[in-house]
Amino acid sequence: MAETVLSISHLTKQFDGQTVLEDLSLDVSEGEVVVIVGSSGCGKSTLLRCINALEEIQGGEIRLRGELIRHDGKNLPELRQKIGMVFQSYELFPHLTVLENLLLAPVKAQKRSRNEVREEALALLERVGLKEKADSWPRQLSGGQKQRVAIVRALIMHPEILLFDEVTAALDPEMVREVLDVIVSLADQGRTMLIVTHEMSFARAVADRIILLEDRRILEESSPDQFFTAPKTEQARKFLQTFEFIRKKKEEA
Amino acid sequence: MPDLGLEVLWKGKNFARLLGGLWVALRISLISAGISVLAGILLGIAASRKRSVSSVVLRIWLSVIHVMPQMVLLFLMYFGTTRAFGWNLSGEAAAVIVFSLWGTAEMADLVRGAVTSIPVIQRESVEALGLKPGQIYRWIILPQAVRRLIPLSINLITRMIKTTSLVTLLGVVEILKVAQQIIEANRKASPNAAFGVYLTVFVMYYLACRPLSLAAKKLEKQWR
Amino acid sequence: MEWDYIEKVLPLYGKAAWLTLRTGTAGILLAALTGLLCAAALHWRVPVLRWITSAYVEISRNTPLLVQLFFIYYGLPKIGIRTDPETCGIAGLAFLGGSYMTEAFRSGVEAVDRIQEESALSLGLTRLQAFLHVIFPQAAAISAPAFMANVIFLMKETSVFSAVSLMDLMFTAKDQIGLYYRTTESLFLLVSAYLLILLPLSLLGSLLERRLRHAGFGT
Repeated sequence: MAETVLSISHLTKQFDGQTVLEDLSLDVSEGEVVVIVGSSGCGKSTLLRCINALEEIQGGEIRLRGELIRHDGKNLPELRQKIGMVFQSYELFPHLTVLENLLLAPVKAQKRSRNEVREEALALLERVGLKEKADSWPRQLSGGQKQRVAIVRALIMHPEILLFDEVTAALDPEMVREVLDVIVSLADQGRTMLIVTHEMSFARAVADRIILLEDRRILEESSPDQFFTAPKTEQARKFLQTFEFIRKKKEEA
Repeated sequence: MPDLGLEVLWKGKNFARLLGGLWVALRISLISAGISVLAGILLGIAASRKRSVSSVVLRIWLSVIHVMPQMVLLFLMYFGTTRAFGWNLSGEAAAVIVFSLWGTAEMADLVRGAVTSIPVIQRESVEALGLKPGQIYRWIILPQAVRRLIPLSINLITRMIKTTSLVTLLGVVEILKVAQQIIEANRKASPNAAFGVYLTVFVMYYLACRPLSLAAKKLEKQWR
Repeated sequence: MEWDYIEKVLPLYGKAAWLTLRTGTAGILLAALTGLLCAAALHWRVPVLRWITSAYVEISRNTPLLVQLFFIYYGLPKIGIRTDPETCGIAGLAFLGGSYMTEAFRSGVEAVDRIQEESALSLGLTRLQAFLHVIFPQAAAISAPAFMANVIFLMKETSVFSAVSLMDLMFTAKDQIGLYYRTTESLFLLVSAYLLILLPLSLLGSLLERRLRHAGFGT
């Protein structure tokens, strides 16, 4: 049995008195890839933001390898260094080159040597096919390239777990693939990941476990094959139908 | 409590005199603002056509005004005209001319900005409806431009009121000059009058400008 | 125009221009410092300080520099705060300019997306590191044109310093007109001196604005 990396128990999150997540519990073990799906506004992104303590939580607790993550915790920067997060909108720093984007946190927050990190950054960039972009500015990159840099920026911190928040939602269709390929290869390396996505075929391919988040809680938790072929709940069937509908239309045309 | 020299204000008609002085300053700014708004709108509309003579004139005019301090322009008008044309311009007249020249250019720039900032696609979409150019101006461009302009022109008036304080240096008897006179006249009886009187002038200017800038801020938010 | 006369009084104007430049620069630097502190108080919502800051900005923006100077120079000594003309000019300019600088910096910081800060925090940077390395550089670039406009505005405002008996350019020109009736020469020298100071600033300002408007980082 692999060790538990992330443990969420009885998490409750409210915005101005409105409950977004209620009594939610979820464990992610070492090397596991968990994909969260659900209709928009079901709180998937909020869940990821809570894990990174970007949101205050109103109940329950979140632990990373047993260490409590608190919004007002003193060791928050250290804990966040162990959690890599990739945003939908990339959020590269526009005033820094690609390489500087990658160096900032390892050098300033982890106090690692600039030369060592630089080596690693270039190696990682090469792996995602962007070595020649090291000295480019973010605005000179396409969306897909930006997102790959953002993934490298998270990786270079050597995180215990990676969080992906709809990382292809803002991309043009032809760029989705290059980003998802990178994530799949990370899964192959045995990275622990928690992924929020709307790309169903990607979800099926990459996930060890699929979670359907609906109505503030986890409604279904299955293996990808079971989820996509024989979902246990009516809600899951309905959710999957919204994607099927699109495919049927295409077939008619 | 130290002597703040406030008692001078209640002596004789001192307070009323200060208010009278404020009125002189306000009058100069209101007349100049009135001229500026009217002339500025006309010039601004004319200059909103690209590569027109008026747009070039406006640009040169603006850069002169942007680079020279108001005080220098006042000086040029006040002393320069006497020298060049033999006019004996009063300080007040010189101020009104300079402020109007300044305000007209600024106002015209605002109008030009407001008119040209309304997207071409909107004009095209109403042209497609079959409206004539005059009608487009009246019903589409004007209402939007006016909304953008009102807060900006209020700000211009506020700046004008503040700038009017300069005319005291041309010898116009406005609020600061009246204040000086009051302090001078009461030098023996209230040696600390300078504190109280200048504080009062300070507060009076604040009370004159604050409602205007508040209104401009509110309208800007409301009409954004 | 008599060139002999101009040559004779040129050192006088040089001295006055130097005074204008010196007091103006000092006042502007102090104003920028005040603006930074006030913007920080507003940005981090420091209790009490942010109320004081808001009140200060209101008062400073709604009163003319000349009135502020009169109050500092003639009013404040009556309650024991005495300043020499130069200090008074600098203090007045800083008091006026501080609020304009506050606005420039505040709008720069506000223009940086919140999620940029979150992105920096999620990498494990502290709040201070996120501000120094991520927010501030971006905000500074956004604020630069407004900052430059304020510098020009404040440098122009120094032209009222003669009211508190600083022997600046206005003072010198007025003096020469009053004493020797050298109106043409005096006005010529006055305008030339101000052009010499303000034109480079103004050109720099429009250059900066064009650069930042049409390009971001990396062009």
